Amino acid sequence: MPDQVLFAMEVTLNGLMAGVLYSLVALGFVLIFKASGIFNYAQGVMALFAAATLVGIMDGQVPFSHLINAIFGTDLHHFGWHVPALLAIVLTVGVMIVLAWLVQKLVMRHLVNQEPIILFMATIGLAYFLEGLSDLMWGSSIKTLDVGLPQGINDTIDRVTFDAFGYGFFIDNLDIVAAIIAALLVIALMAFNQYTKEGRALRAVADDHQAALSVGISLNFIWVLVWSLAGFVALVAGMMWGAKSGVQFSLSLIALKALPVLMLGGFTSIPGAIVGGLIIGVGEKLFEFLIGPMVGGATENWFAYVLALLFLVFRPQGLFGEKIIERV
Amino acid sequence: MSEMAAEQITADGRRIGPVVMEMKNITLRFGGVVAIQDISFDIREGEIRAIIGPNGAGKSSMLNVISGFYVPSEGEVWYKGARRPAMKPYMVARQGIARTFQNIALFEGMSVLDNVMTGRLTRMNSSMWSQALWKGRAEAEEVANREIAEKVIDFLEIQHIRKTPVARLPYGLKKRVELARALAAEPTILLLDEPMAGMNVEEKEDMSRFILDVNDEFGTTIALIEHDMGVVMDLSDRVVVMDYGKKIGDGTPDEVRNNQAVIDAYLGVAHD
Ligand SMILES: Nc1ncnc2c1ncn2[C@@H]1O[C@H](COP(=O)(O)OP(=O)(O)O)[C@@H](O)[C@H]1O
Ligand SMILES: [Mg+2]
Repeated sequence: MPDQVLFAMEVTLNGLMAGVLYSLVALGFVLIFKASGIFNYAQGVMALFAAATLVGIMDGQVPFSHLINAIFGTDLHHFGWHVPALLAIVLTVGVMIVLAWLVQKLVMRHLVNQEPIILFMATIGLAYFLEGLSDLMWGSSIKTLDVGLPQGINDTIDRVTFDAFGYGFFIDNLDIVAAIIAALLVIALMAFNQYTKEGRALRAVADDHQAALSVGISLNFIWVLVWSLAGFVALVAGMMWGAKSGVQFSLSLIALKALPVLMLGGFTSIPGAIVGGLIIGVGEKLFEFLIGPMVGGATENWFAYVLALLFLVFRPQGLFGEKIIERV
Repeated sequence: MSEMAAEQITADGRRIGPVVMEMKNITLRFGGVVAIQDISFDIREGEIRAIIGPNGAGKSSMLNVISGFYVPSEGEVWYKGARRPAMKPYMVARQGIARTFQNIALFEGMSVLDNVMTGRLTRMNSSMWSQALWKGRAEAEEVANREIAEKVIDFLEIQHIRKTPVARLPYGLKKRVELARALAAEPTILLLDEPMAGMNVEEKEDMSRFILDVNDEFGTTIALIEHDMGVVMDLSDRVVVMDYGKKIGDGTPDEVRNNQAVIDAYLGVAHD
C-alpha cells in the first residue's frame, strides 16, 4: 500500500480518538439541553472544575487553602495524605452532584419559564463563576492528572500494522482507553434513558413539562439529575483530556469545539453528539493532513467551524434531526 | 350538605360514597381578573361530578386548583378529610389525582404505550440505585406495571395503535390516549378537562361510554368539565354550574336544568 494511504489511515484512527472527547463534551450539552432547553455554556468549565477537583482530592490538597490561610494566618496546603484514584473519582462524582444541586437550587430554579437567551446568559455567568471557584479551591497552576490510565504507543497495534503493511501505526493507549470508556458511558446512558423509571421521567420532561407534572414527575429532581449526569460526563471528559494535556484552563475551551459538533449532530440527539464528534475529530485531522500543507497548516483551528457553517447552510436540522419544514 | 347520608344509591343503582374532596371558599385572582370567586363544593367517592358553564367561566381554573397547577388566592382544599397544604402539581399527582388537559398534553415523541407507562410512574417504588443493583426486581416491577398499562389500553380500545408515536395520531385518539395515561395511575380522582371537545358525534359517544365504564368498573371518582349540556346531563350524578367565576348552581342534573340562574347564563341573559 502506498505510504500516503497508510498515513491517512493512521491519521483517521487518531482523529476518531480525538473525536471521542468532542463527543463526550457534546453529550453533556445534549443531556441538559434536551431536558431543560438550557444551552449550558459552562459545560467545558465543568470539565475543568471536575478534573481540578479530582487532582486536588487525589493529592490531598486542602480546598480553599489560599483563602483560609489569608483569613486565619495559617499555612495549610496539604492534608498529608493521598487518596487512591478510584475513591477520588467517587468523591468527585459526589462533588459534581452537589454542584448540580446547587446550580438548580440557587440559579436555575429561579429562572424557570424565562427566555432561552436569559438561561444561556445565566450559564455564561456560571462558567465564569466556576472557573473562579476552581482557582480558589485548588489553585490555578497547571496540574498533572495521573489516575493510572495506560499511556504511550500501543505496541500491539504497532506490531500488527507493521507486519501487515510494513508501517506501524502510532496509536496512544490513552486514546484507546478513552474510546472504550466513552463507549461504555454512552451505552450506560442509553440504557438508563430507556430502561429505568428515571430515564422514562427524563424523556417525559424533555417532551412536555406540563404533562410530566401531571404524571407526578418533579421537574426539579429531573433537572438536578441531568446536571449531575452532565457533571459526570464532564468529569470523564476532563479526566481524559487532563491525562493527555494536563489540567489547565485550556481544558474549558474544548467546549467551544463541542459547538460545531452540536451543529452537526443536532442539539437533542445523543447518537448525533457521538457521530458528530467523531466526524469532526476525523475531519479535522484528515483535513490537516491532506490540505493543511497546501494552505500553511493550522487548519485544525478553524476546520470544525467551517464544516459546521456548511451544515448550517445546507442541513440546518443536523445529521439526525427531522427536516425542518416551515409552516405557512 | 353534611347531613347527606354517607352512602347513596343513584337512580341507575351506582354507589356514591362519602366526600373525598372539598373545595372551601376558593378564590383565584390573576392580577385584576377574578377567575374564581368564593366557590365551595365537594366531590363524593364514586360519583361523576360535572363542572359546566360558558367559556371563560373559570372551569379550567378550578380543575387547575384541584390538581395543584394553580394555587388559590384564598380558600382551602380538603382531600380525604384533611386540609391539603399548598403543593406542587407533581405532589398532587402522587396523592392519587390524575388529569387530562383541555389542550391535550401528551408526550408527542413517545409511543402510545410509553405514554401510558408514564402514567405508572407514581406507582413505581424501586429507587434509582436499587434498579441498578437488583435488576431482577426492577424488571419484575416493570412487567407488573406493563400489564396494568396494557389492560388500560385494551379497556380503551387502542391496542391497534400501541406502538404508534403519539404525534401521528388524529385528535380524537390523542384525547383517548391522554385518558389512558391518566387512568393507568389508578387514580382516586380522575379530572377531565373537556374530554369531548372538538370531537365528532361518534367519538363523543365513544368517550361518554368510556367515562361511564371507567366509573362503573373501577369505581373511579370523576370530575369533568364539559361544554355540551346534553352530554353532561346524561353522564353526571351532580353538577356545579359556574359563570363569570361564580357558582350559580349545584345539584343533580334535573335540579340544575330547572335553575333559573343557569338557564339565564346559558341563554346569555345580560349580567348586572
Ligand atoms: N394562567 C392564567 N393567567 C391569567 N389569566 C388566566 C389564566 N388562566 C385563566 N385565566 C383567566 O381566568 C378566566 C377563566 O378562565 P378558564 O378557567 O380557562 O375558563 P373556562 O375553562 O371556564 O373556559 C379567564 O378570564 C381567563 O382569561
Ligand atoms: Mg377551560
